Amino acid sequence: MSDVNTVEATSVWSGGASPFAVDSKKFGMWLFIISDALTFSALLIAYTYVRLATPVWPTPFHFFPSIVFSSIMTFCLLSSSLTMVMAVHAMSHGNRGATVKWILATIAGGLAFVVLHAMEWRNLIVNEHMTPSGNEWGEPLFGGTFFALTGLHMTHVICGVIYLGIIAFAVARGKFKAIDVEVSGLY
Amino acid sequence: MHSESPAEHTGGASIMTFSKVWIVLLVLTGVEVFLAYKQLPVLIMLISFLGLSIVKAAMIIAYFMHLKFERFSLFLTLFPMLILCILLMFISMPDSQRLLNMRPPQ
Repeated sequence: MSDVNTVEATSVWSGGASPFAVDSKKFGMWLFIISDALTFSALLIAYTYVRLATPVWPTPFHFFPSIVFSSIMTFCLLSSSLTMVMAVHAMSHGNRGATVKWILATIAGGLAFVVLHAMEWRNLIVNEHMTPSGNEWGEPLFGGTFFALTGLHMTHVICGVIYLGIIAFAVARGKFKAIDVEVSGLY
Repeated sequence: MHSESPAEHTGGASIMTFSKVWIVLLVLTGVEVFLAYKQLPVLIMLISFLGLSIVKAAMIIAYFMHLKFERFSLFLTLFPMLILCILLMFISMPDSQRLLNMRPPQ
């Protein structure tokens, strides 16, 4: 009888085991990110489908502002990834002041992305007369797929900015642990 | 359940490593912008951009999202399923060529 109990206690099937050795919050965030990646993939593949089925695809993206803006936007997002890693590092060392500063820098990168994105949209709508349902090139699906894809990405970034704002506010007030900052960094 | 050391939270890598990854990502982005202005054959262009994008995504997931420092079982649980689901979505792609060929001549 005692042998059976010993086997049950050490078996991974007896419960209480953590096969991934990660916090449940972190695992939950990983599952969300995978579902998010699948949503983006579906839209990108829909874009590819429409692109392949269309003989002439418009390219209203001039060096300025489109390419310059999108390069700066990429720089902002990559840099905010680095500042978020710094925030996680600072929080793991118990330095809440530095953590808040790094998270605010990350928020600034996200906000810069959103502002530049809005300017790019304004340029396409006002100067190129492109909307989600029509444009001058006679390919309405170009605008539909473009605005759907970039709009979802912008929504993702805006949600991240709000999420990090809440985390920064709570960390400044002495709440939340290092794992909470790390999970927000994963997003 | 278990105590969490600072090394675990930084993903087992140093700030210097993260900075190097950031610089490499910026350089790869610059290469992508440069290639966009080169009149290369479509197949080479496609392979170059897809390859660079996969390398960039892998670096971000491995270092900035710390997956490199997690258990391999976490990777095996999440990513083969993700890749399979994405590949399955391509099942409708040949239909786009059918649509293209069905267009009346202009």
